[in-house]
This record gives sequence, structure tokens and C-alpha cells, in this order.
Amino acid sequence: MDDQLKAAKQFAEFGPLRSHDHLHSSAWEGNEFPTPIEDLPGLFYVLTTYISYLILIMTGHLRDFFGKMFRKEHYKHLLEQDGYAPLNSDFEEFYVRRLKTRINDCFSRPTTGVPGRFITLLERKSNDNNQSFRFTGKTIETLNMSSYNYLGFAQSEGPVADAVETSIRQKGISLTSSRADAGTSDLHIEVEDLVAKFVGKPAAIVFSMGFVTNSTGFPSLVGKGDLIISDELNHSSIRNGARLSGAMITSFAHNDMEDLERILREHISQGQPRTHRPWKKILVAVEGLYSMEGTMCNLPGLVALKKKYKYNLFVDEAHSIGGLGPQGRGVCDYFGIDPADVDILMGTLTKSFGANGGYLAADEAIIRKLRCMNAASLFAESPTPPVLVQIAAALKMISGEIHQGEGRERLQRLAFNSRYLRLGLKRLGFIVYGHDDSPIIPIMLYHPAKMPAFSREMLKRKISVVVVGYPATPLISSRARFCVSAAHTKEDLDLMLRACDEIGDILQLKISSGISGGAYPEDEQVEDIDPKTGALLKSIIKAPRWQLDDVLLRGVEDTKLPLR
Amino acid sequence: MNAFLQPLGNATTSDLFSSVSTSFSRVPGSAIIARYIRSSYQDDPVRSAVELFLFLFALRYIISPRYGVRGGKKGGGKVELRDDEIEDLVEEWTPEPLVGELTEAELSEEKSRVVIVGQTGPKVKLSTGKTVTNLASLNFYNFVGSEILKERAIHTLRTYGVGPCGPPGFYGHQDVHIKTEHDVATHLGTAACIIYAQAFSTISSVIPAFSKRGDIIVADKAVNYSIRRGLQISRSQIKWFEHNDMKDLERVLKEVVKNTPKKAPLTRRFIVTEALFESTGDVIDLPKIVDLKFQYKFRLILDESLSYGTLGLTGRGITEAQNVDSKNIDMIVGSLSGPLCGGGGFCAGSNEVVVHQRINAASYCFSAALPALLATTASETIALLQTEEGAALMDQARELSRLMRAQLDPRSEWLKVMSKEDSPYIIAVLKNEAIEAKKWSHADQEAIMQDIVDDCLNKGVLITKIKRMPSAQGASVKDLAKEWQPQPALKICVVVGLTKKELESAGREIRHAAKRVINARK
Repeated sequence: MDDQLKAAKQFAEFGPLRSHDHLHSSAWEGNEFPTPIEDLPGLFYVLTTYISYLILIMTGHLRDFFGKMFRKEHYKHLLEQDGYAPLNSDFEEFYVRRLKTRINDCFSRPTTGVPGRFITLLERKSNDNNQSFRFTGKTIETLNMSSYNYLGFAQSEGPVADAVETSIRQKGISLTSSRADAGTSDLHIEVEDLVAKFVGKPAAIVFSMGFVTNSTGFPSLVGKGDLIISDELNHSSIRNGARLSGAMITSFAHNDMEDLERILREHISQGQPRTHRPWKKILVAVEGLYSMEGTMCNLPGLVALKKKYKYNLFVDEAHSIGGLGPQGRGVCDYFGIDPADVDILMGTLTKSFGANGGYLAADEAIIRKLRCMNAASLFAESPTPPVLVQIAAALKMISGEIHQGEGRERLQRLAFNSRYLRLGLKRLGFIVYGHDDSPIIPIMLYHPAKMPAFSREMLKRKISVVVVGYPATPLISSRARFCVSAAHTKEDLDLMLRACDEIGDILQLKISSGISGGAYPEDEQVEDIDPKTGALLKSIIKAPRWQLDDVLLRGVEDTKLPLR
Repeated sequence: MNAFLQPLGNATTSDLFSSVSTSFSRVPGSAIIARYIRSSYQDDPVRSAVELFLFLFALRYIISPRYGVRGGKKGGGKVELRDDEIEDLVEEWTPEPLVGELTEAELSEEKSRVVIVGQTGPKVKLSTGKTVTNLASLNFYNFVGSEILKERAIHTLRTYGVGPCGPPGFYGHQDVHIKTEHDVATHLGTAACIIYAQAFSTISSVIPAFSKRGDIIVADKAVNYSIRRGLQISRSQIKWFEHNDMKDLERVLKEVVKNTPKKAPLTRRFIVTEALFESTGDVIDLPKIVDLKFQYKFRLILDESLSYGTLGLTGRGITEAQNVDSKNIDMIVGSLSGPLCGGGGFCAGSNEVVVHQRINAASYCFSAALPALLATTASETIALLQTEEGAALMDQARELSRLMRAQLDPRSEWLKVMSKEDSPYIIAVLKNEAIEAKKWSHADQEAIMQDIVDDCLNKGVLITKIKRMPSAQGASVKDLAKEWQPQPALKICVVVGLTKKELESAGREIRHAAKRVINARK
């Protein structure tokens, strides 16, 4: 009985592989890397989305107007109180007070246990319209489509957890010191070597937080007289670090190599503002995989431009390390590009490896310098032994040093699962963003009210998803985001597709036009080409609206073909 | 202008005029404008002239080049270049290397860096094979060695795994975090608390979450690096007061209040300081600061990173040690990764303060949550500090601290201890008289401290020195001269696992090392 319980627990954290058909390798096998075609919703959806926001904002102001008259005590925190300015400004807090609070039940859901294949939520209720919650004491086990557990290393059982247990016994829980004082142990050296070897760089340094890796990393690389050119959709930590560095910052349109080249030409030829002195150095910062879009950076394009314009390239692999590439080594691996072509490879250890913290990998000289003058290595607490061992064991498994074959299987399961779910969603008729191999799959909802509706409908079907809207995305492009994991089985994804199919009908989410793929096979044959321009005529692209059964029937086979 | 005026003198003038007027009359509404101009001209030709001037001015304003902040647009000093010239410039441009060479000080620091083999503790084995007395970790109560804590941590591991695989907003907020938040809040006596995944980045996020552009922050000159970064990110107006000087603080507060315009809406005003200073080891006068804060209507952000778990009878920090109600402090920021041996940091305060951070603090929202086993370990040690056993441990630490201090100050002729008598976090600097007599520069003092650290390590005692705060890249010499840097100092952390004898002998070694190093310089 105990064994049965243990097996059940294990499978709830990491689903068993049912068939070797459910594997695929994640690699780019084309020449030019295309920008994914972004489908646009019909005018009706755009207009009604704006109208929805208009109604929400008007209702909010109306409620504020009367609230401030009749329920003054609720607005006290926005007014000056015996000589103190309010902590929140009325205007800044409006969005939170009148829009976000309405759907607070869809955010920050507290959980318990391992965030593996399933995740256990603590059920909560609100009696005051989401101002506060109380726990009912019940828990809900849901399918986890929300955690960044790409390779399924969030586990409390198995070889990795066993290694962590041994390490706690032998090496303790913490070093209670910064790296530069007495916080460097043989484990740190080992993990840094493993990380460097894994990403293909001569040296690496690990930190106890991913956010800080960026926010202290940039100030130690660039400063006054330098230029940072950053992708407009870069993560907050990159912006934070860039701002702290004191370097000039400019940005280019997301993944747009032409725009980047234009900016490079302009800035190199003009030099620094006013003085026209040449820039000391230029750092182009991109992410490997964008967490809200599911798009990958155009690394071949970036490396080609780098050869010509001699800038330094910084790639943040927070989501792509472990998640992309035939060996899981990130975007360089995926595109078959020599890591030496990228100056700094940064990544987090939180996601694919189920641990915590971040790393910077670069040439020996750079890392040596960082150890001496990077603020986080001087002052921040050093990563703890259990976390380090989790990283080490996960890395060894991925590269096949221990439990040969299992790491590879995880990588291939992730690649298959990502493509399978993405293809299925496209065929059902959803507008899906991002590149085909990306384990992050955003589907577009548009209307603000569809965010909570989608999340609650999913919760009813025992699935946890993340919904995001403004300000994390542009105003009208609210979306739901699924994070696929190697821990999911094909059956889990079928369940997910079924739920999406039903909810898509209820909420009118199947609105794709077909230009970004998912067409019927018989339609794929018809290619009516405009004789003058040679372009595919849009009118013949049928909007894909597959029946769920057909999606499930053909999914496994078609996943391995080039998606369209 | 001339080219435009020319045709007016020609014979075709009337043709041109008639064609313009016909096309003008076709524009809808043109009749109204024509009537308006005509009537206003009749009434008042001066008015028409003024209106024409205004119209032309507006036109000029609209079509004039913009002054781009980035200098990219015309008027920002942009030089028009041909494509081939740009190609040449691109060809010519050679960037500097990404990082500079290691400086001499950095090389000597690099050389003396230690690598611990296995578990840390009062005695550690180094990668050189040597076993040394460890007075460099914040492991005051030696919780690192506790077998019970380890078993509990393993239990958590077997329930939660290691990482929560997501930020708190996206299913990373676990029940263990809720419990730890609750434990810290109850211990401190505040209404609520929020846990961050790293102590170092906590205050750098807390400050900008509340203080924005236009707000005013009054800060101590000697605050630690994280606070400085927080101040920088906030873009608020920063006023400094002399380190731990209450008179100067009052002067600055008065000045701020005096300079506040009477009628404009109030700006948020904060005092930011550390309770136990990381760089100087001394402790603030909290009751006085609280008085001043109420008198001048400031909010207080207090960094208790070192004092939480160190000061006070049950480790509640400065509020307990100096008998101040914790509710009088708006935000208490602390660490769970130091003596508490867990991980992460926290900010405690009112409900409003905590809720605000959950959506506004960058390193909370955009970073993965704290691993469960580090949160539960912190919960355990916080509970332990409040038991009799914990009180005994803290007493022991205080006693050992006194012993260590006695070995250094007043016995050493060179060293002066800055920290309080019974503080297990001991900061020792060179005596002022010695510095003046020998005319040691900042760099000299730094070198002496490094030599003392190295000498101690040779004798089997691991201590460290206070680190210089890294300067911004590319900062000019003028900027660097303005920067505050801590006085070079030794950092000695007392640990309970050592016997009195061992500790005294370690103290003796440090004292002798200082003597040896300074004598060798002569």
C-alpha cells in the first residue's frame, strides 16, 4: 500500500511516458529564422475590448465619485492624514483598486506541495469582493499549466531529491555568508564548473537570485559612456540593471533585426550625445525566450549583426536554458550557434532545474573580474547547499552523467509536449503567439472580462493557468499563458485541449484567421498564388476550426512535421 | 520669401489670385472664414495683424525640429552623414573590452579568498587542506550545525521539493511562506509581513516601491550597498545626514520641512537608515529617531538585516533592545539568511504596507519565490529564539562577544572596536591616532586590513574585512572622490560553537597579527 501511495505521489509530480511516439527533439532546422506571423483579431473584438475598458474605467470612476462622498473611510488611505502624504497616489492606484481587485481571485493563488505535473491549491473564498480572502481549509489538486517547471525537476522524490537530502545531512542548509566572505564552498565551484560546461562557456558564477543576477550584472559590465540596446520586451530585471548601470539605454522593436541595425548605425556613427565621442562599448541585451510572448530571439540574426557592428551580446536565458535545444543548452544549442559568439550568457536556475538563483557565464577574465567587483558576489547571501545540489544533480541528469537516458527523455518530452499543445490550440482556432518549439504558449483573450472567466472556467475543470493583462501586456492583448512541462503526459495535454475547446466555445475565443497556421490538411494543398506579386492570396486561407476529435487523432503524427 | 513674392509683380497675378480664390471657396466652411477675416479687418486691422502673427508663430512652432532627449532627432546635435561615411565609422569603431583588468587590490583579495570544503561551522576545512576557526560567517548561534533543523528541512524537501518554480503571483506563493510571514510578524509585533526570495535585494526593492520621483528621502551617510541601490532606483530626492548624528538628522529634517511649499500637495517623506550598520558595526538611537520622525512627519524605513536575530532578548531586533513599539516603524526590513540560517528577506509593517509591496516591489513580483525548505528553516529558528534554549544561546553569544572584544580593544595598541560591547558582529578599525601619526591613506589602511586577514588565516583564524562598495563603471575621478566609502575595517563574527578558550586565543591571534603586520610596514 505504501508503495502504491508513493507511486501515486511520484506520478502526480512527474507523469509517466506512455509511448515513445511522444518524443521530439527541439532544434532549429531551417535557414532564415522567421518572425512568427501574429494573427490579428477582427475589428469587432478590438472595438469591444476598448469599449470594455471604457466601461470598466467609467464604472470605476463613478464608484470612486460616490464612494468618496458616502464611504469616506474606504478612501482614507488615499488622502493626506495628519501631515503624511498618502502611500498610494489616487491615480496610480486606480487600476489596482477598480480593475485588478475585481479579479484578484485569479492571481497569487496560494499553493502547497510540489509544483509538478499537478499543483495543489489552497481553496479560498472572499466575502468582500476580493478585498480579502479566507481559507476554507480544503485543497484542490489541479493540472499545473502555470509553473516554470519545464523539465519537471520540481520533485520531492527521485534521484535529484535524494541527492539534496544527502547534501543537507552532510553540508548543512546555509553558509550564512556572502560569496566573498566565507560563503564559497567546494559545491559552488563544482556547480559553477558544471554550469559553464553545460552552456559552453569557459567560466560561470552563480547567485542566489535570478533578478539580482541581472540587476547587479549590468552595472558591473557597463556604465557611463556605454550604450545598452535592449529589446523592448525585455524583463524588468534587465531594465532595472540597465537603469542602475548609468549607461545610456535605447531599445529596438521586439525581435526586429532591421530596427536594431538602424539603431546601431545611427548610434555608432553619431557617437555619444552632444560630445559625439565614440561609445566605449555597446551591449545588446536580449532574452532567449520571452516569457509573455513565447517568442525566441533571432540569434542567427544577432550574431551576424554582431560580426559587423562589433557590439557585445548579452543573452538572458531565464526561460530558454534547459527548455530549448536538442541537449537543453538554450538558444545557442537550438540554433546550432557556437556559444563563443555570445559574450555573456545569463540564466536562471529557478525554472528548468527546479532550484533557485541565477548565473552569468562568460570568458574567464570577465568572471574573475565579476567575482571581485560584482555587488551581489560581495554582499548578497551565497546560494545554499540544497539549492546547489538540486542544480548539480539536474544538470548531471540532463547531460547524461547520471541516470543516462532520463535527461534526454525529459528534453524530448518537453519538445513534443510544447509542439503538440501549440498545434492543437492552433487547429481549434485560437490565436496563439510565439515560436513553434517554445514551451511557453500564450493564447489571446483580448477582452478584460475574459481573463477571470477563462481562469475560473479552467479552475472548474481543475486546471491552473496564468492569465495576464495590462500592464504586463499592451492594453488590448490580455492573454492566458500555458507553461508546458516534461512532467505532463499526452493525456494531460488532451485534457487541456478538451478544456480549451469547451471554454473557447463559451467565451468566443476561436477567432484565428488561419494566417499563422493550423489549417486543414486539404486546405494546405490549395495554394492560390497571385501571379503578379507571388504572394499567397489571403482569401483562400480558411480559418481553422477543427473538431476536437480530429485534433486528438492527428496530433501526435503532425506534431513532428514542420508546423504551420 | 522672395521667390514667393516674385509672381505678385507679374501680369499673371490676377489669374493666380482668381484660381486660388476659387479653390479656396471649394473648401467647406471657407465662406465663414472669409467672412470672419473680412469683418475683423474692417473692425480692427491691428487685431488681424496680431492674429496673423500668432498663426505664423504656431506654424513655425509646429514644423520646427524637436529637441530629442536621446539626441536622435534633428536639433539634438545630429550630424547628417552619408551611407558610406556611416560604413567607414562603423568600420573604424573599436569597442573597449567588456571588463577592465583586475586592479592590484582585487588581485590580492582574489588570492586570499577561501573555499570551504563541506559544511560551514565554527571550525571549517578549507580547500588548502587546513582547518581553521571560522569567524567570518554570520552563524552566531551555530544553527548551521543543528541536526534537528536538518531533519525538518529534509521533511520539507520531501513535501515541497526545492524551488517553487514561479513568482509568488503565479502559483509560487506557498503555505509555508504564509506561515513564515505570520511567524515574523508575530515575533516583531507588526500587523503583517512579506517574504522576499533574497535578503540582499529586499530593501533595494522596498524603497522604490514606496518612494518615487519627487518624493524625499533622508538617509544616513553610512548605509549599506543595497540601500544605496534602492535609493538610486527610486529616483527620489536624497538628502544625507552625518552617520549616526541625531543633531544633523534633525537639521536635515527641519530643512526639508522648511523648504516644503505650503500650498502644493504633500510629497511622501522617508527616513532610511540601518539599525546595526553593516559597514561600521554601531547601533542607532531608535527612540530619538522615532521622536524626530513623528515630530517632522516622516515615515521610517529601517534596515534590520543584521540586527534582526541579533539584538534584543529574543532576537526581535532593535525595537526589543531599545524598547520601541514596532508599530512606530513604518517598514522593518530584515534578513532570514544570516544568523537565522534560512533564506530570503522580509519587510514587516502595516497591512497596507505589505499589500502594496505584493504588486509593486520589483524583486518580489518578478522573481521566483523562496525555496520552501529555507522558509521553514527560518520559521524554526525564529521559534527557537523565543524559547529558553534560544535565550541561553543568545546569552552565550553575548558573553563570547565581550571576551573577543576584550582581546582587541583596549588591549591592542592599533585596533579600535566600533561595535557595541556585546555585539557578536564586531567591526574593528585602525585607531585614529595611529592613522594620523603614520599618515595612512585610505588605500594604505585597506592594504593593512588585507594583510591582517591574510596573516590571521595563516595562523588558523578566518576573518574578513569590510568590502569597498563597487563604484559605477566609467565614473570619473571627480565622481569617485565624492563617493562615500566605509573606513577599512576588520569584520569578526563570534560563533557559539567555540569554547571561551578557543575564542580568546583567536582574538589574541588577531591582535598579534595586527601588530606583526604594522611592524612589518615600518
